[in-house]
Amino acid sequence: MSGMLPLVFSIARTHILSRLRQTLVGVSGVAIGVGFSVMMASIMEGSQEDFIRQLVDSLPHISVTDERREPPRQPADQAYEAAEIRGLTTKQLRPGIKNPYAIMAALEGWLPGAVAPSVQAKAVIRFAGRDTAVSITGIDPKREPDVSKLSTQIRDGSLDALYKSSNAIILGSGLAKKAGARIGNSVIVTAGTGRTLSATVVAISHAGVTQIDDNSAYVLIKTAQILAGQTGLVNELRVKAQDVLQARAIASRIEAETGYKSTSWQEAHEDLLSAFQMRNFIMYTVVSAILMVASFGTYNIISTITHEKTRDIAIMKSLGFPSATVRQIFVLESMMIGVMGLLLGWLLGYAMSYGMAQIEFKSPFMDATRLPIIYAPTHYAIAGLVALSASVIAGYFPARKAAALQPVEIIRGAS
Amino acid sequence: MSALVEARGLRRVLYGEVPATLINGIDMDIYADEFLAITGPSGSGKSSLLYLLGLLDVPSAGEVTIGGRPTSKLNETARARMRLETLGFVFQFHFLLPEFSALENVALPMRALGRYDDARIRKHASDILASLGLGDHAHKRPEQMSGGQRQRVAIARALANDPKLVLADEPTGNLDSASSAQVLGILRDMCGPGSGKSVVVVTHDPGLAEQADRRLHIVDGKVSP
Ligand SMILES: Nc1ncnc2c1ncn2[C@@H]1O[C@H](COP(=O)(O)OP(=O)(O)OP(=O)(O)O)[C@@H](O)[C@H]1O
Ligand SMILES: [Mg+2]
Repeated sequence: MSGMLPLVFSIARTHILSRLRQTLVGVSGVAIGVGFSVMMASIMEGSQEDFIRQLVDSLPHISVTDERREPPRQPADQAYEAAEIRGLTTKQLRPGIKNPYAIMAALEGWLPGAVAPSVQAKAVIRFAGRDTAVSITGIDPKREPDVSKLSTQIRDGSLDALYKSSNAIILGSGLAKKAGARIGNSVIVTAGTGRTLSATVVAISHAGVTQIDDNSAYVLIKTAQILAGQTGLVNELRVKAQDVLQARAIASRIEAETGYKSTSWQEAHEDLLSAFQMRNFIMYTVVSAILMVASFGTYNIISTITHEKTRDIAIMKSLGFPSATVRQIFVLESMMIGVMGLLLGWLLGYAMSYGMAQIEFKSPFMDATRLPIIYAPTHYAIAGLVALSASVIAGYFPARKAAALQPVEIIRGAS
Repeated sequence: MSALVEARGLRRVLYGEVPATLINGIDMDIYADEFLAITGPSGSGKSSLLYLLGLLDVPSAGEVTIGGRPTSKLNETARARMRLETLGFVFQFHFLLPEFSALENVALPMRALGRYDDARIRKHASDILASLGLGDHAHKRPEQMSGGQRQRVAIARALANDPKLVLADEPTGNLDSASSAQVLGILRDMCGPGSGKSVVVVTHDPGLAEQADRRLHIVDGKVSP
């Protein structure tokens, strides 16, 4: 049968060429279908990846807090199994993680990643007679760069500037602007607990997200502990995993070993991730529909050709061409249209994605950005595969009909 | 003389709105190396008989045995294979593929058979064309040739796979007398003792029928004595 393929190919080629204009329309249909599918996928998955990356970058991969999944058993429960005990005051737990440095040291023995503590405090900053609400985070400048981007977001200086004076503070760029404070200024910080201290502005941070830059300030752990009135305790241990996808597994091990609730970023954003899955499902459905519609054009062309070439089909069959060969001819024609369409479609899709990536968006809530386009070979492969399968199916039905033709019916009529 | 083809009890009925009996009980033989003419009035069933003998059509009853092999139980694929290997057709209309040159048209059955490589097929096709006086026209497409030339290309194509039986249905029906004589001569010369080929020609032309080894006259779907 090796000699058959060139034969099938050369016949298919003449048919395609005999209908050049229609063929080009069909090819364009497939190309536009593939092009838009690729572009759509690259925008949608690009924005999704960008979103997840920002999420993963801006939040800890794993957050260890002192919340418990189940309320801890009271000591009395443990001592006297089923007995009912009255008149005892329940043991109050002070909020916070105890001995954070001992825990971190233990985790570092096995953790594939880094860990850093933080302390949260709500406060008001007073400068030049103006009060501004602020969310203060106590950090460890030595560990912070290993778990967050904060150190790269500091303008004029570094995180280490926090060691410069006894009560040093870093203000978010928006916050500094609101308060009118600059580096070197002294501000009065009053915490929700009522504790007050005077702090020196040593640097300005800029994350590029208005909500963060307008409300955040950073101090040393011990400063924040004083403000929050929780000496020795931290609110959160943040873990950055070397492999973000390992976060779930690492989180459950941390939880098992420390007893503190450990939440991976996946768990924290379960809703979002499943929304993305739904979005992708919808996207692939729409993309498939586009490509199916594009293949209707191909079906039309192949049907037209089989009708026009009825006599030629009768000749080939009367000479003794197997039905399978006749079928192959028309399926191949359909595939030729499909392949030309998908090659052009790839180019078109790439060009459109590239064009989209050049557009700049300005937003009052963010720094100016471009559409986060990704160029994923899988998008091209999937669009190509669906387009090609659709072409084969579109060609198969007219091809099967053509192959079933009884040559004697045509010959009887023609001679 | 041994029979190359034996047809027994052939009937062909078309079951349309009004059933039409095209062939109404024919027994006949085609002998090896003979030149057989089939004659008869228009509408008598000559073409229909040829389609049955050439395995293009399936009889409603009866059997066609070719080279000792009964064909009524063969499936579509096997009958196609037999047409490709042992039969050649020439019709009143040339039925060449319009986009292909004479050479490519002649090569078609050989390529479909897949027995030889491309170079050998091209060589063989141009040899056949040359032997039919078409050496200079091998690269012309059908529309660039005269009716007689096209019909000779069609004969060349029928001969491509060296068939044992060539079936021709009024092959000179569209040709002037000079071309007719030429085509007839070719058909006449390809059979004969030791040629390994039999030729069956359906014709209205009494002159052609004269030259045949044997004549079969059909009337109303039957052999007329
Ligand atoms: N599709 C059909 N439906 C009904 N009757 C048909 C059909 N095709 C052919 N016939 C009839 O079958 C009979 C035999 O036809 P056939 O073509 O075999 O005759 P023929 O001898 O070849 O005639 P001609 O010399 O004109 O070519 C004719 O009477 C014709 O009218
Ligand atoms: Mg006829």
